Amino acid sequence: MEIRNSDRPRGPVVIDIENITKDYIMGEEVVRALRGVTLQIRRNEYIAIMGPSGSGKSTLMNMLGCLDTPTSGRYEFNGKNVAEMDDDELAAVRNREIGFVFQTFNLLPRSTSLRNVELPLIYAGIDPERREARAAQVLADVGLGDRIHHKPNELSGGQRQRVAIARALVNGPSIILADEPTGNLDSKTGEEIMELLENLYQSGNTIILVTHERDIAAHARRTVHLRDGLIESDHAGFVPELDLPVAG
Amino acid sequence: MKRFLYEVSESWKIAAAQMRSNLTRSTLTALGVIIGIIAVTLMGTAVNGISIGFDKSMAVLGDDVLYVTQWPWKPVDDWWNYRDRRKIKTEYAETLNRMISATPNSNLVVAVPTSNLMRSVKYGGNQVDNVFVLGTTSDFIVTSTIDCTVGRFFNELESRGGANVVVIGYDVADALFPSESPIDKLVLINGQLFKVIGVNARQGTFLGLFSWDSMVAMPLAAFNKYFSAKTESDVRVKVRDKTRLADAKDELTGLVRRVRGLPPEKKDDFSINEQQAFKSTLDPVKNSIAIAGLFITGLSLFVGAIGIMNITFVSVKERTKEIGTRKALGARRRTILLQFLIESTALCLLGGFIGLAFAYLMCFGVGKAFPSFPIHFSVGLVLISMVVSMLTGLFSGFAPAWTASRLDPVTALRYE
Ligand SMILES: Nc1ncnc2c1ncn2[C@@H]1O[C@H](COP(=O)(O)OP(=O)(O)OP(=O)(O)O)[C@@H](O)[C@H]1O
Ligand SMILES: [Mg+2]
Repeated sequence: MEIRNSDRPRGPVVIDIENITKDYIMGEEVVRALRGVTLQIRRNEYIAIMGPSGSGKSTLMNMLGCLDTPTSGRYEFNGKNVAEMDDDELAAVRNREIGFVFQTFNLLPRSTSLRNVELPLIYAGIDPERREARAAQVLADVGLGDRIHHKPNELSGGQRQRVAIARALVNGPSIILADEPTGNLDSKTGEEIMELLENLYQSGNTIILVTHERDIAAHARRTVHLRDGLIESDHAGFVPELDLPVAG
Repeated sequence: MKRFLYEVSESWKIAAAQMRSNLTRSTLTALGVIIGIIAVTLMGTAVNGISIGFDKSMAVLGDDVLYVTQWPWKPVDDWWNYRDRRKIKTEYAETLNRMISATPNSNLVVAVPTSNLMRSVKYGGNQVDNVFVLGTTSDFIVTSTIDCTVGRFFNELESRGGANVVVIGYDVADALFPSESPIDKLVLINGQLFKVIGVNARQGTFLGLFSWDSMVAMPLAAFNKYFSAKTESDVRVKVRDKTRLADAKDELTGLVRRVRGLPPEKKDDFSINEQQAFKSTLDPVKNSIAIAGLFITGLSLFVGAIGIMNITFVSVKERTKEIGTRKALGARRRTILLQFLIESTALCLLGGFIGLAFAYLMCFGVGKAFPSFPIHFSVGLVLISMVVSMLTGLFSGFAPAWTASRLDPVTALRYE
């Protein structure tokens, strides 16, 4: 495995995992979703995680997002050991430090864009006026200034994903985790979303992206390939050849 | 703290939206609570009514009056010990009054004799049977809640002279004089004519307990003149300070012993009663009616609560993915718990509110149709019903809300 360290940004380490494993017990059988993953991610990186279906990408993302706890291994988020955090602390980290973007958008169907984006601010205890102003601002930033009172079913897929991105951004998180954010969108809309993510990266955000698609992964500045729960390669830039089984 | 408030207000909004978007389902589920609250509230009004009826009947006795009687006002096992007691004589009252005025700082005010029997009362073609005919003195008004709305009670002059005058109860007046004023009319009791000088205010009858509404009062001197037959007599004594009832009772016991000429070694051969004694006999009856009634109607509310619990479970199941999303966005366990608790509580409160409105209308209707039916709707009852609905909501929402709050975020997000 070849790593070109010279291209790496030198910001502080946000995510530091070492030898993480995750087993799922399915009755008699043990599914080893992750089998020892070590990874460091610094501030303002833009990483694509690729790999075949079932290779453990989503499992890794959930781990990074403090939604799931590893079976073994060490995870430090912003220098704090995640294993030592209790449920409320994990919730607080998810609320303030991590912005999730899902393939299926996961918006509250009966709430307007504004109310959807306000949700993390409510959990952060921000007062209503600032909450609304902030949510409206972020929605305007993602180009939905004129759609703040629309409900999800009154928006296109791309617009819904923009709302979801606004929601992920609203608390000013350390990292944005996007698990196949373009998976439910056509390629043109997907490109628009990738443009938005590119802008976020340019303005200093840290982005971790899971995708199957090469042209999507090509937007990232670093590519991690997973296979069978292990990191197969970790490269600066996009290295399409390595998506194939490595020869020698 | 502030965050908690925002979360609560957010949860209320979500709950309202949830109810609106599942209108049929919410209404049907709330129906269980509506019926439960109607049942409990109606039972509550009935219990309230019974209680008020009891108290009203008790009030006739007065809470600052002691009754000197042959029989105690409580069930006795050894009735033979009381049967042979000497009768209480109305003349005691005069002697007692002399003793009271001779005692400095007496706890007693005045003794009033009463004698009574049942007779028919007639006027023209109308007749009322089984009227409680009472002979007493003009001091009687001091010891009782009697209140002449029309006319007056007889005065000391009439009392001493034994004038043929009567004060009649509301129901008696109503039956004998359906369309004219009873005042100054002559009624026939035991073949004698008596002039009606007053009508007592309506008191209402309750469960056949004694009521002034079906009585007739006349001066004792007149009573003794015409009714030599077997009569029941007792002496009632007004107490100066009802907070010192026990002292007054002791004093009165001493006085009556002197009147009766009882030597110190002999036990009392009379009873001194007060309203409280009667109350403590009746209260357990009242309370068991209340408990049994509320328990039975409470069951219907319980069934309603199970309905709410069920629907909240469904709601949690349906919104598993939403719960996962909320957790990913930073909702803590208690946030989720609170959200579903508020949803079930909102549903119950809505049901409770509607149920209460129906119950109120029903009470109003019943009250109009059957004025004597003991039913009483109060502000306290409204508050209690709302509190009960809220508790029902918390109770029925707890299990599903707890389940929701414990969901593993990843599992919840994966849920399809
Ligand atoms: N909750 C679970 N219980 C049991 N097994 C699971 C669970 N979650 C994931 N797995 C298993 O772990 C492995 C990795 O799953 P994961 O969802 O991380 O794959 P993925 O790389 O995201 O795949 P895809 O590209 O299809 O989304 C798979 O074999 C999957 O079956
Ligand atoms: Mg996946």
